[in-house]
Amino acid sequence: MEPAVREKPRLLPALWDAAIAAGIAFLLFCLVLGVRTVDGVYGLTLQPRPVLLAVVVGIVFFGRLALNLFWWDRDWRFPPLPFFSRTAKDAKDRAPRDIYRVGLVLIGFAAVFPLLGLVLNKVFGANLPLLYLIDLSILVLTYVMLGWGLNIVVGLAGLLDLGYVAFYAVGAYTFAILATTFGWSFWMCLPLAGILAAFWGIVLGFPVLRLRGDYLAIVTLAFGEIIRIVIQNWTELTGGPNGISNIPEPSFFGLEFAFRGDNTFHQFFGLPYDAIYGSIWLYYIILVMALITNAVTLRLRRLPIGRAWEALREDEIACRSLGMNTTTTKLSAFATGALFGGFAGSFFAARQSFISPESFTFIESAIILSIVVLGGMGSQLGVAIAAVVMIGGFEALRHTDSLQLVFGTGFDPTLYRMLFFGLAMVAIMVWRPRGLVSTRQPTVTLNKDAGSISKDLVSEGSG
Amino acid sequence: MSARGADTPVLQVEHLTMRFGGLVAVDDVSFEARRSEITALIGPNGAGKTTVFNCITGFYKPTEGMITLTQVSGQRYLLERMDDHVINAKAGVARTFQNIRLFPGMTVLENLMVAQHQMLTKGPARALGSLIGLAAYRQAEAEALSFAIHWLERVGLTARADQAAGDLPYGDQRRLEIARAMCTRPELLCLDEPAAGLNARESEELNGLLRSICAEGNTAILLIEHDMSVVMRISDHVIVLDHGSVIADGPPSKVQNDEHVIAAYLGVPDEEVANVEKEVGA
Amino acid sequence: MEYFLQQLINGIALGSIYGLIAIGYTMVYGIIGMINFAHGDVFMVGAFIALISFLGLMAVGVTFVPLALILVLVVAMLLTSAWGWTIERVAYRPLRSSFRLAPLITAIGMSIALQNFMQVAQGARVKPLQPVITGRFEMFAGDNFAVTLSNIQILIVVTTIVLMAVFWLIIDRTSLGRSLRACEQDRMMAALCGVNVDRTISLTFVMGAALAAVAGLLYLLYYGVIDFFIGFIVGIKAFTAAVLGGIGSLPGAMLGGLIIGLIETFWSAYFTIEYKDVAAFSMLALVLIFFPSGLLGRPEVEKV
Repeated sequence: MEPAVREKPRLLPALWDAAIAAGIAFLLFCLVLGVRTVDGVYGLTLQPRPVLLAVVVGIVFFGRLALNLFWWDRDWRFPPLPFFSRTAKDAKDRAPRDIYRVGLVLIGFAAVFPLLGLVLNKVFGANLPLLYLIDLSILVLTYVMLGWGLNIVVGLAGLLDLGYVAFYAVGAYTFAILATTFGWSFWMCLPLAGILAAFWGIVLGFPVLRLRGDYLAIVTLAFGEIIRIVIQNWTELTGGPNGISNIPEPSFFGLEFAFRGDNTFHQFFGLPYDAIYGSIWLYYIILVMALITNAVTLRLRRLPIGRAWEALREDEIACRSLGMNTTTTKLSAFATGALFGGFAGSFFAARQSFISPESFTFIESAIILSIVVLGGMGSQLGVAIAAVVMIGGFEALRHTDSLQLVFGTGFDPTLYRMLFFGLAMVAIMVWRPRGLVSTRQPTVTLNKDAGSISKDLVSEGSG
Repeated sequence: MSARGADTPVLQVEHLTMRFGGLVAVDDVSFEARRSEITALIGPNGAGKTTVFNCITGFYKPTEGMITLTQVSGQRYLLERMDDHVINAKAGVARTFQNIRLFPGMTVLENLMVAQHQMLTKGPARALGSLIGLAAYRQAEAEALSFAIHWLERVGLTARADQAAGDLPYGDQRRLEIARAMCTRPELLCLDEPAAGLNARESEELNGLLRSICAEGNTAILLIEHDMSVVMRISDHVIVLDHGSVIADGPPSKVQNDEHVIAAYLGVPDEEVANVEKEVGA
Repeated sequence: MEYFLQQLINGIALGSIYGLIAIGYTMVYGIIGMINFAHGDVFMVGAFIALISFLGLMAVGVTFVPLALILVLVVAMLLTSAWGWTIERVAYRPLRSSFRLAPLITAIGMSIALQNFMQVAQGARVKPLQPVITGRFEMFAGDNFAVTLSNIQILIVVTTIVLMAVFWLIIDRTSLGRSLRACEQDRMMAALCGVNVDRTISLTFVMGAALAAVAGLLYLLYYGVIDFFIGFIVGIKAFTAAVLGGIGSLPGAMLGGLIIGLIETFWSAYFTIEYKDVAAFSMLALVLIFFPSGLLGRPEVEKV
């Protein structure tokens, strides 16, 4: 490396560039932001908002100018993030043990966190918003589980599935219908919901096996939409747009978490009633379910079937030349992914106690898929971190009182949540196209301290 | 090798024809590959060699003709009726590809383990047993691993076992692809230009490897090759294709002096024959 | 019979709109091999721009409808093109050499962002527009049913045919079209032959967005009401149309659009309106099972 002789950017070109950017921003926003349509007496009328437009164009101008002057020509770089190594060399040096350790620490924290919080609140009188934190954690863990389930299909087998939410819906409705019509318990329905979802995975997977790449993607998307529309319109079975309510919560070895009843948890243990116990129980259910998903996936990866999935992602033709039945291999990936989606779905129904088709739109599939891709396809730890970042960050936007200080009290952050969410998806992907954890762990090694494989070598599959 | 299968040719191709629309890529080709021999399929570009290969390995379904594979046990398979993966799984035909098709993101060892998928999932006991870690599966896995290690040693890749296959140099990738095909325990190994892109030393090593596979007697070899010098040195039996038809069939010494062959390779019968003869060492 | 004819007319009008949007999908897919998921929302932005500029023109006193419509068309095409260009520049170009799923995710992100931007900027309520083009021909009357052809339907079909013709001329006859086709075949080689690949791709997005803007305007005029969410379902249908026709093929996109439009209309007319999307999507799955590269797409030859 020779010492960098870098020309400092001159002000004039930077200004010119910023002016162009501002001009484009003006073109983009002049009508859609600069004018607002309002309902008037005789139909829509227009209300100009020149100040807002000027502010936005100004932000673009000065932002671009600042980027030009200070950022793109900076001499320093961010220090590399731990575990998220980008280059092949880093990946090799980094022993898989590290990822293993981080995973253990995270699991350990997840395992004690609600109990710790409970002890802090009850014994030491701390005032943590525990109920909220646990509910949020349950949400995050549900997405972790869904991400891990989809990871089998997309990350391991390399089959792009844009309709994963269909299996989530099948699981949720299976439990909801069985529980509300036959009064079956969560624990009886859970395996049924998973099996039914896996069955649908095979049914939907079968006709599309010949399709490749984006054709597969669009057909899976179509199937997801079909299932949602059928749920929405089959009112006798699913309640249609009104959904199904009064779905029972899972019991604690026969004990209910209700306030009153014959067999309630707090009475049995002689505790004062607190809604938190039910939440903690749900938290541990989803934690264990997610960890089982993870354990099964990690185990399957080391078995012939899991290796076959990854080989399929790498090169389908080579797989066939080695005597592998790619049809059953693909179907098994679809079915396994759907199985976990179905489990997560019935948990979702049990936790919400109300489901409607609105919970199973395409946007859910998109969110789950982006968790998988953002995490680094095929990486279990990456998917978990991505779920925490995306869902946690998304929820955090709901509670930004500080933003109201900046933008005034008229500012409603929930309105902007999805906008930020979409922009964040773009920004993070541009920042790390290969995902957060961009290495792959070998499933079998000759030497104990073999390194991991850089994702640059790993294919993404054509299916 | 007492079974009657040992005496019959491992592969019999009879009247094989392959048409793509109006184009006749392979026209009434018949030949045999015998056990414990290295059979070479040669011919100029576009002669239809790879098409014949794809028909044998099931990637194309031939328009007409019959391809019979006879195993050592005497069991016979009609390959033209079988799907590509069944041809490998049941009949025992393994192949490599002209432009190497490894699993680049998996390690060398993993590549060899994937190749033993069949052996590891044969029978419900192993397939289901693998999920819960039954002894029957564990034993099969240990067997697969030691077989993979055996092949790593034979192709000299033991030191690179835990590297990504996509990271290997070209020559190593070629050898790995052969080892991977051999890990399916084939009766017939089909190699599509195995020496392409190898330097002289690597090419020599390849010869030794193929000879040793052949000498063990379990696996017959059918290869496509461009490089005449390789073909002449290694093969026991040469079939020359041109424009989709067989123009010569016999031992290398006979084929290399065949004037049809020389003409086919050069397109000019007289002037440059001498050069070719020099090249092939006649 | 009369009822059938009427549905045929309705289906063709709807299908033309789908076809115009499908072209944007198919061109982008042809040239960079990605599903531009945000294209449906570009169509939605186009419809909003058309609505606002139309209202604006009315407010400043341009009340002569044909003139207003032409001005609206120009403004909507220009401004929507700017959106198409910006989206490519910001969300896709940095990932040009990256792996296949990365731009798909940014596209989904862009789609979410655009929808919610429009919701924030213009409000979540539906935006009605009084009928601008009225009048209809009664073609012939049956016993108790008259087949009519409305002026707006004529406008839609004529505009689509004219645009298709212009577009075909651009692709087939101009040097831009030549570089576009070259990039479609082999981007690397095109670059080596001196084609400015970045510029060509940008222009593809610009043209796709311009056509989407026209579709947005036609949709607004045809249905008289838009909201921030129309881009999603119309976009999915249009993409379905592009895939159905064989993605990468321009006539295929138009054909696919017509088929989807007709299926939807006929299904609503003869069966249940609730399941019209199911019919369209099932058709897609069926077609792809028998023609894995779509109706007019180049069959994908598996290279061994």
